[in-house]
Amino acid sequence: MMTEQVAAPAASVPQAPTVISAQGLNLVYETSDGPVQALKDVDLKIDKGDFVSFIGPSGCGKTTFLRVMADLETPTSGTVLVNGVTPEAARKARAYGYVFQAAGLYPWRSIGGNIRLPLEIMGYSKAEQAERVQRVLELVELSGFDKKYPWQLSGGMQQRASIARALAFDADILLMDEPFGALDEIVRDHLNEQLLALWSRTEKTICFVTHSIPEAVYLSTRIVVMSPRPGRITDVIESPLPKERPLEIRDSPEFLEIAHRVREGLRAGHAYD
Amino acid sequence: MKNVIPVLTVVLAILLLWYGGAILLNKQWVLDQAARQDRVLTTPELIAETWAQDKPKLPAPHQVAVELWDTVAMKKPTSKRSLVYHAWVTMSATVLGFGLGTLLGFALAVGIVYNRVMDKSVMPWVIASQTIPILAIAPMIIVVLNAIGISGLLPKAMISMYLSFFPVVVGMVKGLRSPDAMQLDQMRTWSATRAQEFRRLRLPASMPYLFASMKIAMAASLVGAIVGELPTGAVAGLGARLLAGSYYGQTIQIWSALLMAAALAAALVGLIGLIQRITLKRMGMA
Repeated sequence: MMTEQVAAPAASVPQAPTVISAQGLNLVYETSDGPVQALKDVDLKIDKGDFVSFIGPSGCGKTTFLRVMADLETPTSGTVLVNGVTPEAARKARAYGYVFQAAGLYPWRSIGGNIRLPLEIMGYSKAEQAERVQRVLELVELSGFDKKYPWQLSGGMQQRASIARALAFDADILLMDEPFGALDEIVRDHLNEQLLALWSRTEKTICFVTHSIPEAVYLSTRIVVMSPRPGRITDVIESPLPKERPLEIRDSPEFLEIAHRVREGLRAGHAYD
Repeated sequence: MKNVIPVLTVVLAILLLWYGGAILLNKQWVLDQAARQDRVLTTPELIAETWAQDKPKLPAPHQVAVELWDTVAMKKPTSKRSLVYHAWVTMSATVLGFGLGTLLGFALAVGIVYNRVMDKSVMPWVIASQTIPILAIAPMIIVVLNAIGISGLLPKAMISMYLSFFPVVVGMVKGLRSPDAMQLDQMRTWSATRAQEFRRLRLPASMPYLFASMKIAMAASLVGAIVGELPTGAVAGLGARLLAGSYYGQTIQIWSALLMAAALAAALVGLIGLIQRITLKRMGMA
């Protein structure tokens, strides 16, 4: 990790292996008002260690694409490979952790119990479960909260616990669907910072759905701009920002330039309406 | 202790209405008796006599209280004259029927939630079963079961079960379906099996619904047991007491059996409430 940072310029780093690849992906929902094209001809490659944000207005298919990767939706045509296998096989191999928009913690389980839940389902031993719960709680800075119940925690802490739960088993990929969408901006900033720190420590590949431009630019190594009707990718932006990103970076010219390009991309996508 | 005063106020109001009602309803008989004996009653005498008849239309509260004291505290609980004995007989059928009904309701609910065919087919029958008046079907259940050699506690329990499985089915279907789409998707991302999804998500999520259903089921079960005792010429049980009381115009006996049934229902439902509180507390949900 450290050596990579010293080697700095992203372009000169040898090509990382592809983790997710989508080719000619189409997904059509049949509704009572006729078919809705949620995804149209989506091609994308995501490399190991990438932090990819998907941004676009509602209905642009960003969540649908994430759900296709997670095998929660089946595409109508085209291929998706996750870790070189189908999403279904990847799901069964527990290749990814999925963080939903709401924390979705079970009220009848303590924080520790909630994080233990996927571990119990996956058949980890009791000792291993306890060890992992402690480790991921530390990772999201919630040590000492394992005996607390969800209602005793703030919204931001609950969302951190849900991230810990997704990290508890060793999935290399983290799929996050607007995980901070329901939180206020101050908490969101803090969690963004923490998420970046966590990403650089764990070297996971992260796919992050958001509708906040600053959030996407601040977090990502690549930003995928999408537009609705039909849902498609209009722009993929490689971020030139360094891996180390203090919150102040958001006032830098580079940051503002990327944000501008994202905004242009979003506007172009709307030109059809 | 703050709620003692409102409770006492309500009790007092009921007692006042009750005593007043007893005067109004029993007055005519007292006046007729007095006329026959050529007596002229003062108002206090009239009131006192309406509250002290052997077979009043509406017995006064203290008469019922005396009867309850005599039949509950002054008789051996094993004696056939003891109301405790009759309450015990009814309670055995109630609890057995409730247990069977809860199991049946639970099993049907699991079937409805997990099996598409059952989902489409079972519910209309479950609802239809409850539109048949229990008074019509109870004698048939008892006759049919008797014909195949089953008598005693079980036929009554079957009638209790017939009434008590219904709220459990309805409540548990709702409860087992209470996890939202996101929680179910989440289970899928972990590749949880159906059994794991049931045990770790659907079942715990349904607990509040289960307890609410069980309270209704328990009350329905008691009604079922009493109704089951009516058409059979049962010799024991609160239903038998009610029937015997109405044959012989023993209104005091009827009222004390009614109060006993109410107390029994309150105790049984209260017991479920207690288990609910302990369970939900241990689950961290209350």
